[in-house]
Amino acid sequence: MSPVHYVALSVILFVIGGVGVLVRRNAIVVFMCIELMLNACNLAFVAFARVHGNLDGQVIAFFVMVVAAAEVVVGLAILMAIFRARRSASVDDANLLKY
Amino acid sequence: MRHALAAAASGTNADSIATETVFWILAVIAVAAALAMILVRRAVHCAIMLAVVMLCLATMYAMLGAPFLAFVQIIVYTGAVLMLFLFVLMLIGISSADSIVETIKGQRLAAGLAAIGLFVILMLSIGHAAIGPAAPFTSANGADNLTGLARLIFTTYVFPFEVTGALLITAAVGAMVLAHRERTTPKPTQRDLAARRLASGQLAPDPSPGVYALHDAADRPALLPDGSGSELSVSPTLSPRDPDEEPRFVPPEETVQVTAESGEREAIQGRAES
Repeated sequence: MSPVHYVALSVILFVIGGVGVLVRRNAIVVFMCIELMLNACNLAFVAFARVHGNLDGQVIAFFVMVVAAAEVVVGLAILMAIFRARRSASVDDANLLKY
Repeated sequence: MRHALAAAASGTNADSIATETVFWILAVIAVAAALAMILVRRAVHCAIMLAVVMLCLATMYAMLGAPFLAFVQIIVYTGAVLMLFLFVLMLIGISSADSIVETIKGQRLAAGLAAIGLFVILMLSIGHAAIGPAAPFTSANGADNLTGLARLIFTTYVFPFEVTGALLITAAVGAMVLAHRERTTPKPTQRDLAARRLASGQLAPDPSPGVYALHDAADRPALLPDGSGSELSVSPTLSPRDPDEEPRFVPPEETVQVTAESGEREAIQGRAES
Protein backbone atom coordinates (compact mmCIF):
# COMPACT_ATOMS: atom_id res chain seq x y z
CA MET A 1 0.00 0.00 0.00
CA SER A 2 1.62 3.20 -1.14
CA PRO A 3 1.41 6.23 1.15
CA VAL A 4 -0.08 8.16 -1.75
CA HIS A 5 -3.33 6.35 -1.11
CA TYR A 6 -3.36 7.52 2.48
CA VAL A 7 -2.73 11.10 1.39
CA ALA A 8 -5.50 10.85 -1.18
CA LEU A 9 -7.87 9.54 1.48
CA SER A 10 -6.93 12.43 3.74
CA VAL A 11 -7.71 14.85 0.90
CA ILE A 12 -11.14 13.28 0.45
CA LEU A 13 -11.92 13.48 4.16
CA PHE A 14 -10.66 17.07 4.31
CA VAL A 15 -12.91 18.13 1.44
CA ILE A 16 -15.92 16.39 2.97
CA GLY A 17 -15.25 18.18 6.26
CA GLY A 18 -14.99 21.48 4.43
CA VAL A 19 -18.33 20.93 2.74
CA GLY A 20 -19.84 20.15 6.13
CA VAL A 21 -18.52 23.38 7.61
CA LEU A 22 -19.99 25.35 4.70
CA VAL A 23 -23.36 23.62 4.52
CA ARG A 24 -24.46 22.64 8.01
CA ARG A 25 -26.32 25.06 10.26
CA ASN A 26 -25.95 23.46 13.68
CA ALA A 27 -22.86 24.87 15.36
CA ILE A 28 -21.98 21.56 17.02
CA VAL A 29 -22.06 19.77 13.69
CA VAL A 30 -19.86 22.47 12.22
CA PHE A 31 -17.43 21.79 15.04
CA MET A 32 -17.48 18.09 14.31
CA CYS A 33 -16.70 18.80 10.67
CA ILE A 34 -13.71 20.89 11.75
CA GLU A 35 -12.57 17.91 13.81
CA LEU A 36 -12.89 15.76 10.71
CA MET A 37 -10.67 18.16 8.79
CA LEU A 38 -8.07 18.10 11.56
CA ASN A 39 -8.14 14.32 11.54
CA ALA A 40 -7.61 14.29 7.79
CA CYS A 41 -4.56 16.51 8.26
CA ASN A 42 -3.27 14.13 10.90
CA LEU A 43 -3.59 11.22 8.51
CA ALA A 44 -1.54 13.11 5.94
CA PHE A 45 1.11 13.91 8.55
CA VAL A 46 1.40 10.30 9.63
CA ALA A 47 1.52 9.11 6.02
CA PHE A 48 4.35 11.53 5.23
CA ALA A 49 6.18 10.47 8.36
CA ARG A 50 5.95 6.96 6.96
CA VAL A 51 7.31 8.14 3.62
CA HIS A 52 10.31 9.84 5.18
CA GLY A 53 10.90 7.13 7.70
CA ASN A 54 11.24 9.51 10.63
CA LEU A 55 8.96 10.48 13.46
CA ASP A 56 8.62 14.24 13.03
CA GLY A 57 5.30 13.91 11.25
CA GLN A 58 3.92 11.85 14.10
CA VAL A 59 5.07 14.47 16.62
CA ILE A 60 3.29 17.17 14.61
CA ALA A 61 0.16 15.02 14.50
CA PHE A 62 0.40 14.68 18.27
CA PHE A 63 0.56 18.46 18.64
CA VAL A 64 -2.39 18.84 16.29
CA MET A 65 -4.38 16.54 18.56
CA VAL A 66 -3.49 18.64 21.62
CA VAL A 67 -4.46 21.88 19.91
CA ALA A 68 -7.69 20.30 18.65
CA ALA A 69 -8.59 19.25 22.18
CA ALA A 70 -8.02 22.79 23.47
CA GLU A 71 -10.03 24.19 20.57
CA VAL A 72 -12.94 21.87 21.30
CA VAL A 73 -12.99 22.83 24.97
CA VAL A 74 -13.08 26.56 24.31
CA GLY A 75 -15.40 26.25 21.32
CA LEU A 76 -17.98 24.19 23.14
CA ALA A 77 -17.86 26.59 26.09
CA ILE A 78 -18.54 29.48 23.72
CA LEU A 79 -21.35 27.48 22.19
CA MET A 80 -22.92 26.90 25.58
CA ALA A 81 -22.66 30.59 26.43
CA ILE A 82 -24.35 31.49 23.14
CA PHE A 83 -27.02 28.86 23.71
CA ARG A 84 -27.75 30.27 27.14
CA ALA A 85 -28.20 33.74 25.74
CA ARG A 86 -30.08 32.92 22.51
CA ARG A 87 -31.63 29.48 23.20
CA SER A 88 -30.35 28.26 19.86
CA ALA A 89 -27.32 26.41 18.55
CA SER A 90 -27.78 27.49 14.96
CA VAL A 91 -25.05 29.53 13.36
CA ASP A 92 -27.67 31.69 11.68
CA ASP A 93 -29.12 32.92 14.94
CA ALA A 94 -25.90 34.41 16.25
CA ASN A 95 -26.19 37.59 14.20
CA LEU A 96 -26.11 40.40 16.76
CA LEU A 97 -22.84 41.77 15.40
CA LYS A 98 -23.99 41.53 11.81
CA TYR A 99 -25.71 44.83 11.24
CA MET B 1 14.75 2.65 -5.87
CA ARG B 2 16.77 3.08 -2.71
CA HIS B 3 13.58 2.77 -0.69
CA ALA B 4 12.59 -0.33 -2.54
CA LEU B 5 15.97 -1.90 -1.94
CA ALA B 6 15.90 -1.01 1.72
CA ALA B 7 12.41 -2.36 1.97
CA ALA B 8 13.40 -5.58 0.35
CA ALA B 9 16.39 -5.83 2.68
CA SER B 10 14.46 -5.16 5.83
CA GLY B 11 11.68 -7.44 4.79
CA THR B 12 9.11 -5.58 6.89
CA ASN B 13 7.94 -3.18 4.26
CA ALA B 14 6.48 -5.59 1.79
CA ASP B 15 2.82 -4.75 1.78
CA SER B 16 0.82 -7.87 2.06
CA ILE B 17 -2.52 -8.43 0.47
CA ALA B 18 -4.02 -8.27 3.93
CA THR B 19 -2.77 -4.73 4.56
CA GLU B 20 -4.10 -3.60 1.24
CA THR B 21 -7.48 -5.22 1.85
CA VAL B 22 -7.77 -3.65 5.29
CA PHE B 23 -6.87 -0.25 3.86
CA TRP B 24 -9.51 -0.36 1.17
CA ILE B 25 -12.21 -1.58 3.54
CA LEU B 26 -11.36 1.10 6.08
CA ALA B 27 -11.13 3.80 3.42
CA VAL B 28 -14.58 2.99 2.09
CA ILE B 29 -16.05 2.91 5.59
CA ALA B 30 -14.36 6.19 6.53
CA VAL B 31 -15.49 8.05 3.43
CA ALA B 32 -19.03 6.68 3.71
CA ALA B 33 -19.21 7.67 7.37
CA ALA B 34 -17.85 11.13 6.61
CA LEU B 35 -20.44 11.60 3.88
CA ALA B 36 -23.17 10.38 6.19
CA MET B 37 -21.92 12.86 8.77
CA ILE B 38 -22.70 15.83 6.58
CA LEU B 39 -25.93 14.31 5.28
CA VAL B 40 -27.79 13.13 8.37
CA ARG B 41 -29.91 15.72 10.12
CA ARG B 42 -29.54 14.83 13.76
CA ALA B 43 -26.42 15.98 15.56
CA VAL B 44 -26.18 12.78 17.60
CA HIS B 45 -25.98 10.68 14.45
CA CYS B 46 -23.25 13.01 13.24
CA ALA B 47 -21.28 12.29 16.40
CA ILE B 48 -21.63 8.54 15.90
CA MET B 49 -20.48 8.82 12.30
CA LEU B 50 -17.51 10.90 13.43
CA ALA B 51 -16.63 8.15 15.90
CA VAL B 52 -16.62 5.64 13.04
CA VAL B 53 -14.27 7.84 11.00
CA MET B 54 -11.95 8.29 13.96
CA LEU B 55 -11.77 4.57 14.68
CA CYS B 56 -10.95 3.89 11.03
CA LEU B 57 -8.20 6.49 11.17
CA ALA B 58 -6.83 4.98 14.36
CA THR B 59 -6.51 1.62 12.64
CA MET B 60 -4.76 3.30 9.74
CA TYR B 61 -2.28 4.95 12.11
CA ALA B 62 -1.47 1.52 13.47
CA MET B 63 -0.97 0.27 9.92
CA LEU B 64 1.31 3.23 9.19
CA GLY B 65 3.64 2.37 12.05
CA ALA B 66 2.28 4.84 14.58
CA PRO B 67 0.85 2.70 17.38
CA PHE B 68 1.14 5.50 19.94
CA LEU B 69 -0.93 7.86 17.82
CA ALA B 70 -3.42 5.08 17.16
CA PHE B 71 -4.06 4.64 20.86
CA VAL B 72 -4.08 8.38 21.51
CA GLN B 73 -6.61 8.71 18.72
CA ILE B 74 -8.89 6.16 20.34
CA ILE B 75 -8.44 7.31 23.92
CA VAL B 76 -8.30 11.08 23.49
CA TYR B 77 -10.38 11.66 20.38
CA THR B 78 -12.97 8.94 20.37
CA GLY B 79 -13.02 8.69 24.13
CA ALA B 80 -12.69 12.20 25.47
CA VAL B 81 -13.38 14.72 22.73
CA LEU B 82 -16.41 12.94 21.31
CA MET B 83 -17.81 12.41 24.80
CA LEU B 84 -17.41 16.16 25.32
CA PHE B 85 -19.33 16.71 22.10
CA LEU B 86 -22.11 14.40 23.22
CA PHE B 87 -22.16 16.02 26.65
CA VAL B 88 -22.73 19.48 25.19
CA LEU B 89 -25.22 17.99 22.74
CA MET B 90 -27.27 16.62 25.63
CA LEU B 91 -27.05 19.95 27.44
CA ILE B 92 -28.20 21.92 24.43
CA GLY B 93 -30.98 19.54 23.58
CA ILE B 94 -30.95 16.27 21.75
CA SER B 95 -34.02 17.18 19.74
CA SER B 96 -32.30 20.01 17.92
CA ALA B 97 -32.41 18.67 14.40
CA ASP B 98 -30.78 20.77 11.77
CA SER B 99 -33.10 22.75 9.58
CA ILE B 100 -32.72 21.95 5.93
CA VAL B 101 -33.86 25.34 4.75
CA GLU B 102 -31.22 27.09 2.74
CA THR B 103 -30.81 30.49 4.33
CA ILE B 104 -28.43 31.84 1.70
CA LYS B 105 -29.61 31.31 -1.82
CA GLY B 106 -27.45 28.93 -3.81
CA GLN B 107 -25.16 28.27 -0.87
CA ARG B 108 -25.15 24.51 -1.26
CA LEU B 109 -24.38 24.69 -4.94
CA ALA B 110 -21.53 27.11 -4.29
CA ALA B 111 -20.21 24.92 -1.48
CA GLY B 112 -20.31 21.87 -3.73
CA LEU B 113 -18.48 23.69 -6.52
CA ALA B 114 -15.86 24.98 -4.09
CA ALA B 115 -15.40 21.48 -2.71
CA ILE B 116 -14.93 20.01 -6.18
CA GLY B 117 -12.42 22.74 -6.99
CA LEU B 118 -10.48 22.16 -3.78
CA PHE B 119 -10.53 18.43 -4.37
CA VAL B 120 -9.19 18.77 -7.90
CA ILE B 121 -6.44 21.17 -6.83
CA LEU B 122 -5.30 18.99 -3.95
CA MET B 123 -5.43 15.82 -6.00
CA LEU B 124 -3.45 17.44 -8.81
CA SER B 125 -0.80 18.61 -6.37
CA ILE B 126 -0.57 15.11 -4.93
CA GLY B 127 -0.28 13.68 -8.40
CA HIS B 128 2.51 16.10 -9.27
CA ALA B 129 4.41 15.61 -6.05
CA ALA B 130 6.89 12.78 -6.04
CA ILE B 131 5.73 10.90 -2.98
CA GLY B 132 8.06 8.00 -2.69
CA PRO B 133 7.27 4.58 -1.35
CA ALA B 134 7.26 4.01 2.36
CA ALA B 135 10.59 3.94 4.11
CA PRO B 136 11.42 0.91 6.20
CA PHE B 137 9.93 1.02 9.63
CA THR B 138 13.00 1.45 11.78
CA SER B 139 15.19 3.53 9.54
CA ALA B 140 15.24 6.73 11.59
CA ASN B 141 14.98 6.13 15.27
CA GLY B 142 16.40 2.73 15.75
CA ALA B 143 14.16 2.29 18.77
CA ASP B 144 10.50 1.57 19.03
CA ASN B 145 7.84 4.11 18.23
CA LEU B 146 7.15 5.31 21.75
CA THR B 147 10.80 5.83 22.70
CA GLY B 148 11.51 7.66 19.48
CA LEU B 149 8.50 9.93 19.92
CA ALA B 150 9.41 10.71 23.52
CA ARG B 151 12.98 11.51 22.54
CA LEU B 152 11.82 13.87 19.81
CA ILE B 153 9.16 15.59 21.92
CA PHE B 154 11.51 16.23 24.83
CA THR B 155 14.54 17.29 22.79
CA THR B 156 13.80 18.85 19.43
CA TYR B 157 10.22 19.83 20.13
CA VAL B 158 10.53 20.69 23.80
CA PHE B 159 9.62 24.34 23.28
CA PRO B 160 6.40 23.60 21.33
CA PHE B 161 5.64 21.06 24.02
CA GLU B 162 5.88 23.72 26.72
CA VAL B 163 3.77 26.07 24.62
CA THR B 164 1.04 23.44 24.31
CA GLY B 165 1.09 23.15 28.09
CA ALA B 166 0.41 26.88 28.33
CA LEU B 167 -2.28 26.52 25.67
CA LEU B 168 -4.04 23.76 27.58
CA ILE B 169 -4.04 25.78 30.81
CA THR B 170 -5.38 28.80 28.94
CA ALA B 171 -8.08 26.70 27.35
CA ALA B 172 -9.12 25.23 30.69
CA VAL B 173 -9.33 28.67 32.30
CA GLY B 174 -11.16 30.04 29.27
CA ALA B 175 -13.71 27.24 29.35
CA MET B 176 -14.32 27.85 33.04
CA VAL B 177 -14.77 31.57 32.48
CA LEU B 178 -17.10 31.05 29.54
CA ALA B 179 -19.22 28.36 31.13
CA HIS B 180 -19.51 30.15 34.45
CA ARG B 181 -22.75 32.00 35.00
CA GLU B 182 -22.63 34.95 37.33
CA ARG B 183 -25.59 35.07 39.68
CA THR B 184 -27.35 38.39 39.20
CA THR B 185 -30.07 37.91 41.77
CA PRO B 186 -29.66 36.65 45.33
CA LYS B 187 -30.18 32.96 45.79
CA PRO B 188 -33.83 32.25 46.74
CA THR B 189 -34.19 31.00 50.25
CA GLN B 190 -36.57 28.28 51.35
CA ARG B 191 -39.00 30.98 52.44
CA ASP B 192 -38.97 32.60 49.00
CA LEU B 193 -39.55 29.26 47.35
CA ALA B 194 -42.50 28.51 49.62
CA ALA B 195 -44.01 31.93 48.93
CA ARG B 196 -43.59 31.41 45.20
CA ARG B 197 -45.27 28.02 45.37
CA LEU B 198 -48.20 29.44 47.30
CA ALA B 199 -48.58 32.28 44.82
CA SER B 200 -48.58 29.90 41.87
CA GLY B 201 -51.64 28.07 43.20
CA GLN B 202 -50.14 24.58 42.85
CA LEU B 203 -48.85 23.39 46.18
CA ALA B 204 -47.78 19.86 45.37
CA PRO B 205 -45.08 19.21 42.80
CA ASP B 206 -46.03 17.74 39.46
CA PRO B 207 -46.23 13.98 39.45
CA SER B 208 -43.35 12.36 37.67
CA PRO B 209 -43.98 10.37 34.50
CA GLY B 210 -45.20 6.90 35.19
CA VAL B 211 -47.00 7.71 38.40
CA TYR B 212 -50.52 6.27 38.09
CA ALA B 213 -49.74 5.77 34.43
CA LEU B 214 -51.46 3.17 32.31
CA HIS B 215 -48.18 2.23 30.62
CA ASP B 216 -44.72 2.15 32.09
CA ALA B 217 -43.13 4.32 29.44
CA ALA B 218 -41.62 7.74 29.91
CA ASP B 219 -43.70 9.21 27.11
CA ARG B 220 -46.97 8.39 28.89
CA PRO B 221 -48.22 11.23 31.02
CA ALA B 222 -48.78 10.96 34.71
CA LEU B 223 -52.39 10.94 35.80
CA LEU B 224 -53.62 13.74 37.95
CA PRO B 225 -55.96 12.93 40.86
CA ASP B 226 -59.00 13.68 38.71
CA GLY B 227 -57.91 11.11 36.14
CA SER B 228 -56.73 13.47 33.46
CA GLY B 229 -53.25 13.30 32.07
CA SER B 230 -50.71 15.90 33.02
CA GLU B 231 -49.12 17.40 29.96
CA LEU B 232 -46.35 18.77 32.15
CA SER B 233 -45.07 15.37 33.19
CA VAL B 234 -43.89 14.39 29.72
CA SER B 235 -40.52 15.71 28.63
CA PRO B 236 -40.96 18.22 25.79
CA THR B 237 -38.32 16.43 23.74
CA LEU B 238 -40.53 13.36 23.63
CA SER B 239 -43.66 15.07 22.42
CA PRO B 240 -42.79 16.19 18.89
CA ARG B 241 -41.08 12.96 17.98
CA ASP B 242 -43.93 11.23 16.16
CA PRO B 243 -46.72 13.59 15.24
CA ASP B 244 -48.67 10.88 13.40
CA GLU B 245 -48.65 8.46 16.27
CA GLU B 246 -51.88 7.55 17.99
CA PRO B 247 -52.69 10.03 20.73
CA ARG B 248 -50.84 8.94 23.78
CA PHE B 249 -53.22 10.60 26.18
CA VAL B 250 -55.78 8.10 27.31
CA PRO B 251 -59.18 9.80 27.43
CA PRO B 252 -59.58 10.50 31.09
CA GLU B 253 -63.36 9.93 31.31
CA GLU B 254 -63.04 6.22 30.38
CA THR B 255 -60.69 5.59 33.23
CA VAL B 256 -62.89 7.44 35.64
CA GLN B 257 -65.97 5.52 34.49
CA VAL B 258 -64.33 2.16 34.96
CA THR B 259 -63.16 3.10 38.40
CA ALA B 260 -66.52 4.53 39.39
CA GLU B 261 -68.96 1.86 38.22
CA SER B 262 -67.07 -1.28 39.23
CA GLY B 263 -64.69 -2.42 41.89
CA GLU B 264 -60.95 -2.01 42.02
CA ARG B 265 -60.27 -5.35 40.36
CA GLU B 266 -62.22 -4.60 37.20
CA ALA B 267 -60.57 -1.26 37.09
CA ILE B 268 -57.16 -2.89 36.98
CA GLN B 269 -58.33 -5.30 34.28
CA GLY B 270 -59.70 -2.42 32.29
CA ARG B 271 -56.38 -0.71 32.52
CA ALA B 272 -54.55 -3.80 31.33
CA GLU B 273 -56.85 -4.12 28.35
CA SER B 274 -56.60 -0.52 27.35
